[in-house]
Amino acid sequence: MTEASTIAVGAETSAPAGHDEARSLTSDAWRSLKKNPIFWVSMALIVAFLLMAVWPSLFTNVDPAEAVLKQARERPSANAWFGRDIQGYDIYSRTIYGARASILVGVFASIATVLIGGAMGVIAGYYGGWLDAVVSRVTDIFFAIPLLLGGILFMATFPNDVDSPYLLVVGKVVLVLSIFGWPGLARLMRSSVLQVKPNDYVQAARALGATPWRIIRAHVLPNALAPMIVVATINLGVFISVEATLSFLGIGLTPPAISWGVAISDAIVALRTTPHILLFPSLFLSLAVLAFIMLGDAVRDAFDPKSR
Amino acid sequence: MYKYILRRLLQMIPVLLGSTFIIFAMVFALPGDPTAGMCGERPCAPAFVAKFKQEHNLNDPLPTRYAKYMGNLAQGDLGTTFRDIKVADELKQRYPTTAKLAGMAIIFETLIGVIAGVMAGIRKGKFMDNLVLVSTLFVIAIPIFVIGATLQYYLGVKWGLRPVTVSPQATVNELLLPAFVLGSTSVAYVARLTRTNLVENLRADYLRTAIAKGLTRRRAIGLHALRNSLIPVVTFIGADFGGLLGGAIVTERIFNIQGVGGYLFTGIHNRDGVSVVGTVTVLVLVFLLVNLLVDLLYGVLDPRISHD
Repeated sequence: MTEASTIAVGAETSAPAGHDEARSLTSDAWRSLKKNPIFWVSMALIVAFLLMAVWPSLFTNVDPAEAVLKQARERPSANAWFGRDIQGYDIYSRTIYGARASILVGVFASIATVLIGGAMGVIAGYYGGWLDAVVSRVTDIFFAIPLLLGGILFMATFPNDVDSPYLLVVGKVVLVLSIFGWPGLARLMRSSVLQVKPNDYVQAARALGATPWRIIRAHVLPNALAPMIVVATINLGVFISVEATLSFLGIGLTPPAISWGVAISDAIVALRTTPHILLFPSLFLSLAVLAFIMLGDAVRDAFDPKSR
Repeated sequence: MYKYILRRLLQMIPVLLGSTFIIFAMVFALPGDPTAGMCGERPCAPAFVAKFKQEHNLNDPLPTRYAKYMGNLAQGDLGTTFRDIKVADELKQRYPTTAKLAGMAIIFETLIGVIAGVMAGIRKGKFMDNLVLVSTLFVIAIPIFVIGATLQYYLGVKWGLRPVTVSPQATVNELLLPAFVLGSTSVAYVARLTRTNLVENLRADYLRTAIAKGLTRRRAIGLHALRNSLIPVVTFIGADFGGLLGGAIVTERIFNIQGVGGYLFTGIHNRDGVSVVGTVTVLVLVFLLVNLLVDLLYGVLDPRISHD
């Protein structure tokens, strides 16, 4: 995610720079990141998937909703690159159009969990006392419900109709992933805030009479954000995977929404005779998950002085 | 020590109450009429519907119903489903199967994960290290249901090496493949985590001392470095337990295992709220107890951590 890395980068530059020769942690991290081929591979993949999500027509001019039943289960050929699925849809076109759902779910669920988890973590870590006790228990409550379990319950409670608008269907999946996905980030944020809080510059700011809001915004957040951003990037891949699992169980995204999870779910029955129907959506799904996990790994290594 | 356990058990109570209430509220908001289809082709008689609603407390407001339910639960009564089967009986039959499945998955992830992590960690940057890093990335990226369906097809159907599905007796032999599938993602995480921590500890002063005083490399790594590297791994396995329970829903569906996960899924589909809440309550309780156990294990691995 470009946003994720720029947030981390932007946040770190506001940290006071040392004397002339010393580089800031950010420019140091960026230098080692630039040399890491894994970073460039994952960025290339992510850019490709983002393009697919925004302009699928850039990659294909075949209508993904056009079913040619006569050619159902056709193997890959010149006029249908990835072959056709059980309904006779063009798999290449379906796979390209399927990127949108996964990317939307991943990006928005990640943003929402960062906002909720970050806010909860800062409140618990910075204010401490009874507020910490309450927020930590609430976090524990949501942490005790496994993500997939909560997702299944929620989606069964609010099922989709065939004519539900696309954004509502996607929005519901984003909502459930956000509700059950934030506690991990909140715990992480709380511990990084606890590490930053006793530092001299925070105490100095407090002694100078800065308001809590200013201290958090100007001193605590920039120095406590990096670990959460790294985990959020990795989570983005995890969310895409959970969305596919929910769709596989028949309750996440549902047809007519086009998604990799739905495509995989439909393809499993045909695994024995025409495995290519399963191969392509799984391949794209795995590549997307892989790209975000690799990016998170690369950014973490760059920010971790011990890894050099 | 006992004080610590007691305090943790007391802290568990609000968490358990909170998470079960969330689940209770979601499940009983499930749309649909539980009496539908109970009286054959015709709708049920109003007298029957009234009696049914009375018996299952369906007329009470949500908090009252929840309080009544928890009151019964405290006396060890998990409730009776809408189909007049005691949830406790059903769980007693199914729990051993899922416990066996999850237990075997944990054995897989600990054994294979730690061994792979150690092999990678002691040869950092060499072939073995890269092999483990790349292969674990791929395992993480491929969704569990694709791994499951593919292995089931090739190992079970095509080559006949493993049983395709699991009988109600669920023997260890039959569960080998499903447990491997269920644990596969965690194996990858455990391997990477072990590697990272081992690499860090291999540079520690205490290890240099151990080698300097004449310990063999094998003993120094096995006794000192590995033991210290295992704390984050144990933490992960505890937190991952919830994920395993969620993953069990998918695995049990693929391999037709008569366990808790499959029961939960049918419960949600049949709008049978009582069985869902009962099952999830037990799952959450198990999850919390496992994490308490993990915290107690820290003291064994690192004597500096004490709970007095």
